[in-house]
Amino acid sequence: MATVLHPAPRYAPNDGVRDALAKALGDAVLEAREEHGEIVLRVKREAIETALRTLRDQHQYQQLMEIAGADYPDRAERFEVVYMLLSLTKNHRVMVKVSAAEDTPVPTVTTLWPVAGWLEREVFDMFGVIFDGNTDLRRILTDYGFEGHPFRKDFPLTGYTELRYSESEKRVVYEPVDLPQELRQFDFMSPWEGADYVLPGDEKVARHPAPSPVAEPKVTERKGVSGAGEPTDSKATEKVAPAAAGGTVAGQGQEEPVPRPVATEAPGAPDPTESRPARAPRKGRGRGTSAAAKTAPDAKPRPPRKRMPKPKDET
Amino acid sequence: MHLETSPTTGDEAIGNYTINFGPQHPAAHGVLRLVMELDGEIIERIDPHVGLLHRGTEKLIEHKTYLQALPYFDRLDYCSPLCMEHSYVLAIEKLLNLEVPIRAQYLRVLMAELTRIKNHMLNLGSHVMDVGAMTPNLWLFELREDCMNFYERVSGARMHAAWFRPGGVHEDIPLKVLADIGDWCDTRLPELFGDAMSLVIDNRIFKQRNVDIARVGKDDAIAWGFSGPMIRAAGLPWDLRKSQPYDVYDRMEFDVPVGTNSDCYDRFMVRVKEVYESAKIIKQCLAQMPEGPVCSDDRKIVPPRRAEMKQSMEALIHHFKLYTEGFHVPAGEVYVATESPKGEFGVYLVSDGSNKPYRCKIRPTAFSHLQAMDFMAKGHMLPDATAILGAIDVVFGECDR
Repeated sequence: MATVLHPAPRYAPNDGVRDALAKALGDAVLEAREEHGEIVLRVKREAIETALRTLRDQHQYQQLMEIAGADYPDRAERFEVVYMLLSLTKNHRVMVKVSAAEDTPVPTVTTLWPVAGWLEREVFDMFGVIFDGNTDLRRILTDYGFEGHPFRKDFPLTGYTELRYSESEKRVVYEPVDLPQELRQFDFMSPWEGADYVLPGDEKVARHPAPSPVAEPKVTERKGVSGAGEPTDSKATEKVAPAAAGGTVAGQGQEEPVPRPVATEAPGAPDPTESRPARAPRKGRGRGTSAAAKTAPDAKPRPPRKRMPKPKDET
Repeated sequence: MHLETSPTTGDEAIGNYTINFGPQHPAAHGVLRLVMELDGEIIERIDPHVGLLHRGTEKLIEHKTYLQALPYFDRLDYCSPLCMEHSYVLAIEKLLNLEVPIRAQYLRVLMAELTRIKNHMLNLGSHVMDVGAMTPNLWLFELREDCMNFYERVSGARMHAAWFRPGGVHEDIPLKVLADIGDWCDTRLPELFGDAMSLVIDNRIFKQRNVDIARVGKDDAIAWGFSGPMIRAAGLPWDLRKSQPYDVYDRMEFDVPVGTNSDCYDRFMVRVKEVYESAKIIKQCLAQMPEGPVCSDDRKIVPPRRAEMKQSMEALIHHFKLYTEGFHVPAGEVYVATESPKGEFGVYLVSDGSNKPYRCKIRPTAFSHLQAMDFMAKGHMLPDATAILGAIDVVFGECDR
């Protein structure tokens, strides 16, 4: 681990804890790692209860602070259930995790900690992970009669139903979600870094696919194929505007090109502005702005503007 | 002659009955529905129904960049917004291993403690009101209002500050505000708070309603996952600010008040003492705080100042990139828990290396406390339920997420 620079909570050091715990849990441990200062033990699903019992009773991890679910749809067992343990006496934390699928129940740990009851209910509600042995596995956070598991990655952010109070029926009604405007998903990932959407305008590419690659790709390695050489150079001078003086820089004139004589004088130029008729004088008694800028010597001072009466202080 | 008797005479079986407490009840502290099974006035069983304020914050966060997700944390526990942000920014900093300037750490601690006072003002006030006292609540709301005004002068918002940022804080606090906070801790807070507490802490009715209500032993407190004032009232001196210090809490001198009896009265008194300890920490922050930057100068994480942006093309590019794409966080997972006014508030953050959190699980404090409601209230009277709820200090923005 690199030097710790961050100000996150500092508890007892991790030195050797990972190996000691992995050894204590034996072959229940599938993987033990330490990253970002966190010890993570991945254990077999069937062994989770005994593993946590060992940690609680023999390694002083007395408190179960949290059970978190996570969904990784690409995996064979898509869900992860993560148990956060806290040791009050050793002042240390570890994470223990198991993986599960929709149809593989995880043994409950309500036998070890009563607090696990609601935590397991929440993971069941949000992800649909089943906990074997939890006697009260009801939904907890979602609505009464809700269907589906909203924190799965394939569940849309907007959900499927919305509810509103119906004035005609005098009750709350449930309806399919109907958004007046498409849900805006801001994806600011750079298109060079794996954006998986079609940029506006790029749909034309699908209609007119790129031409198939040529059999012999054009290269410029040899003089003959690149088109460079004396014949090209001589042709190049023809196109360059004649320089006013001196040489040329990279085929361009150094200064303004010398004007070529043309048939008409200043072709297409507008007529000189002087010949336009002067603007008619302004009607009415409006003064010019110059007069306004000056103050007349005998001008009366403007009377002070009337103010609205101040609102009385409310105490 | 045969006297006709009532067909039901002789088999009166008075069964338990079930009532709903909430979700629209002023003592339910929000939208809590308790399904109570009562035997007369004795509580036999309580089934709390939570989730009426579930907004899917964790899912929304998965669809936002790290910085865009930050204001959602203010809206969790809306009584102590900055303490919610604290866990989140520390989790991001832990994944990034990002250094935070020392002044920013002091400012965070200062505001976190002001938030603790603000939270306790609301909780203590509503607790005493739940058991029948009106006046202290009004006085404590005065102090809470002062805290809100400081919030506004610091961040521009009275509640939803969004002022902690990964890498530091958003803006420095003007010197006048710091001075005013110091004066407030010296004069107004101890006077008004002391007055309000003198009305209740020795009050006969208040003690009758709270002492020996919902006693929880040490072992039970541990098994039910208690934290914060709930576990300290049980006699365990467990405070994450002390045992697992974050930011500059390790430089602070403060005491951890603990209870002896582990009842609602002890929970109340632990919070009362914590207010004074918080004021002590604020004073130390003000005295020790060095000058310096208030945000990391890592331009790949923290956007440049606005003035800098007007002069430097580099700053403009950084600003644009950070406010559109946002910063990327290295893949990994962390669980960071801080001592919020209500207990251990944790954030389990999973990053896949992109600019959005892959998963952000929030560990609310109220979830485990409320779950123990059934265990704590069993055998108590119906009116004790409000005292127990008040002592839990539950806010549903955080509990239901």
